[in-house]
Amino acid sequence: MASDAITVPVGQIKARPWVDELHQWLTTVDHKRLGILYIVSSLLFLGFGGVEALVIRIQLMHSHNNFVSPEVFNRMFTMHGTTMIFFVAMPILFGFANYLVPLMIGARDMAFPRLNAFSFWLSFLGGLLLYFSFLGGSGLYGAGSAPDVGWWSYAPLGARAFSPGHSSDYWTLALLVSGFGSIGTAINIIATILCLRCPGMKINRMPLLVWMNLVMAGMVLLAITPLSAAQIMLLIDRYLGGHFFDTQAGGSAVLWMHFFWIFGHPEVYVLIIPCFAFMSEIIPVFSRKPIFGYPVMVAATVCIAFVSMSVWAHHMFTIGMNSYANSFFTLTTMAVGVPTGIKIFNWIGTMWGGRIQFKTPMLFSIAFLFQFLIAGLTGIMMAASPFDWQLSLSYFVVAHFHYVIVGGILFALFAAFYYWYPKMTGRMLSERLGKWHFWLFLIGFHLTFDVMHVPGVLGMPRRIYTYEPGRGWDTLNLIISIGAFIQALAILVFVANLVISYFQGARAGNDPWDAWTLEWSTSSPPPAYNFATVPTVASRRPLWDRKHPEDPDSRYE
Amino acid sequence: MSMLKMKSSMLRFSLRTILLLFWSAMAVWASEPKGSSPHGTNIFAPASTPAKSIADLSIFVLVITGIIFVVVFALLIYSVVKFRGRAKDAGREPAQVYGSAQIEMAWTIIPILIVVVLFLATARVIHAIQDAAEPAGAVEVTVIGHQYWWEFRYPRLGVVTANELHIPVSDASHPTPTFLQLLSADTDHSFWVPELAGKTDLIPNHPNRMWMDPQRTGVFLGQCAQYCGTQHAKMLLRVSVDGPAEFAAWVRAQQKTSVEEAGAIAGRRVFEHNACMNCHAVGGTPADGRFGPDLTHLMSRATIAAGAAENTHDNLRLWIQNPSAIKPGSLMPAMKLSDADLDAVVGYMETLN
Repeated sequence: MASDAITVPVGQIKARPWVDELHQWLTTVDHKRLGILYIVSSLLFLGFGGVEALVIRIQLMHSHNNFVSPEVFNRMFTMHGTTMIFFVAMPILFGFANYLVPLMIGARDMAFPRLNAFSFWLSFLGGLLLYFSFLGGSGLYGAGSAPDVGWWSYAPLGARAFSPGHSSDYWTLALLVSGFGSIGTAINIIATILCLRCPGMKINRMPLLVWMNLVMAGMVLLAITPLSAAQIMLLIDRYLGGHFFDTQAGGSAVLWMHFFWIFGHPEVYVLIIPCFAFMSEIIPVFSRKPIFGYPVMVAATVCIAFVSMSVWAHHMFTIGMNSYANSFFTLTTMAVGVPTGIKIFNWIGTMWGGRIQFKTPMLFSIAFLFQFLIAGLTGIMMAASPFDWQLSLSYFVVAHFHYVIVGGILFALFAAFYYWYPKMTGRMLSERLGKWHFWLFLIGFHLTFDVMHVPGVLGMPRRIYTYEPGRGWDTLNLIISIGAFIQALAILVFVANLVISYFQGARAGNDPWDAWTLEWSTSSPPPAYNFATVPTVASRRPLWDRKHPEDPDSRYE
Repeated sequence: MSMLKMKSSMLRFSLRTILLLFWSAMAVWASEPKGSSPHGTNIFAPASTPAKSIADLSIFVLVITGIIFVVVFALLIYSVVKFRGRAKDAGREPAQVYGSAQIEMAWTIIPILIVVVLFLATARVIHAIQDAAEPAGAVEVTVIGHQYWWEFRYPRLGVVTANELHIPVSDASHPTPTFLQLLSADTDHSFWVPELAGKTDLIPNHPNRMWMDPQRTGVFLGQCAQYCGTQHAKMLLRVSVDGPAEFAAWVRAQQKTSVEEAGAIAGRRVFEHNACMNCHAVGGTPADGRFGPDLTHLMSRATIAAGAAENTHDNLRLWIQNPSAIKPGSLMPAMKLSDADLDAVVGYMETLN
């Protein structure tokens, strides 16, 4: 990153021609650099997805608005959803996993560094393919377009009869290609955790972040494969005369729904479990206590993974399943709330009796707990399938999953950024800008997504480019849109903080938070080989043991 | 509101009281624009048994989740405030507590019990709504979703209409529920009239069923809830709940085929010599296209273009000449008629009642 244009303290970083530097980044197999590549590329796509969200919100500010045409609006929400799930949330979490897992288990790299690089570039290529559709969507037919079939691309809307041209092919290929990348990364994470732990790090001494990423990677293997299979079947339908989902030739629209949601629901947990992982590292450090109930947290995570594999059809309560199926998926969906609740209680148990330090990462973590609690409770409401017959496909469900993804996942990610940025760059993020970022984003978030539940209850369906006046939806939508712009402003503060602190932030040192896991024992940023000597651990908090030799954790485990 | 009441009389806590309070509050809220204007789309203003039992269950779930929220939120706030780091503690670590089997057990078992209660309450409602038998006197309607309009067929009554469903009111003394069979001609759609019932999807090759027994007359609004393509937003839906006599009269009127009117012959010729009749049917004439809405009784409908515009002379004219002006992306082509032909065909449309 250092170029001649930037003044760098003499002797700190060797000045290299920027071409060399670029070459190094493009050909790297270092897990830390790949992690940062994942994160930076995700932030780029976050910008794209954010702009799409703003277009949606401008269009919906009042009834019968003509800011964009229905065609453009439909592309915007399709691209927004696809981008945010596949090219922001998943890769950014993979980025953190890539960066942190080897450091936390005392390893020098991932198990398969080349596979790691291959997986990243596949994921990134997927994102480029998706966005190339703006230029090449209709290929030789003329004007470009982008997929407009929704991020589920429900059959038969995605069939050639209803989606001619190539825009939805770009969607299919983007998901297929990045899906292979995700599978590669998942295999790599599992192999790394199982094989490369440093001496003494038994499986029951791994930091919870490592445990949870292990579970996440296992879920990726189970969830992405049916999605990839479905995409291949869709391609066969579209180009080789297959009839899997082609209802006009006797295919089944419901089959696609099952394939999509057997991926789609575990995907939610693929995204949220790494965020549980961040919480399980950050909350203890800023409460100055070990995580409450470590074995229970592990058990709850594994339990969530298993149960969440059997809840997918709660996305399909309105498709006319029989009463037994609806009851079954109601039960499993409510049941997944139990281990999730246990986690929330354990985090509160961790804070209980602690000495909480309200640094920016902890502020985001507390907001996460609050919002994730609400998201879970609205989830319980929709698990009651008759209630869902009203709420599903309405703005209530849009509010619910944004509560999970923004209020939960994004807040947890911000916490992770503020917490690990010093390790990745050697510089602290500004606390002052961090607090601005936090409060602005919190206000914008609640203005948008608290209010968004209401039009759903008042009968406003999702994915409509405009709505009729006189339904009582106008004022609510205006407030929602204003909140979106406040969030956008907060994101700008965040990006400014990332950039300014990179050059001017206070030096972090090895261990700025007085933390307990292995990544804080090496320099910031860590050298390419991570640890000069491979560490040996005797407990779940190796750095606690080192700092408190009179009262080490190993005595109690 | 119901939460406040609940706090003050925790001992006499009764779900019935809460429901009663809630319904009276909702009734006040829902009763603002009354008169002839249509009912709203509020899921908490139900006018039919399925919607009512869903709303009752919803209140129950809201109360339980509300209590959970208050308890957990209080714990969270308490621990954040009570255990905040203070300057005097600087440099000292708090007691390192690793967990407690008893506490873990408690906060595992209590949620399991809550889940059991919620599940049983829910399963009852699922069964009551989904497994309800169709009584002998029920009205049957086949609903067919099209991009972007609704086709309604009454197989027992020989009536075909579009976008505005007419069903009889169903009072306790004379229950006449309506059972809908849901089909799709193209992509997925979803039938959602929030005050009458929860939504059910219309999926090609996958017939579905739903029912409702509205207890109030009037027009109930709804719209397609499952994304179905470019004009998903303007696939609006009106359900007119009629009194028994009114409904019978409506059925009789709909059963008649169109009556030739002398002034409309020129318009009819335009209609039948252009592409109109490829897609639209007019009963009693050679026009029997089924791709677009049946026009036999067009003038009996309050709206055109699936509710996107009121059924007025000017709107009809604009719609036939340039549908994109009202509903961009609709599958009706712009007919590009001469002014004379346009006036004639609009004149013909206005005789179809």
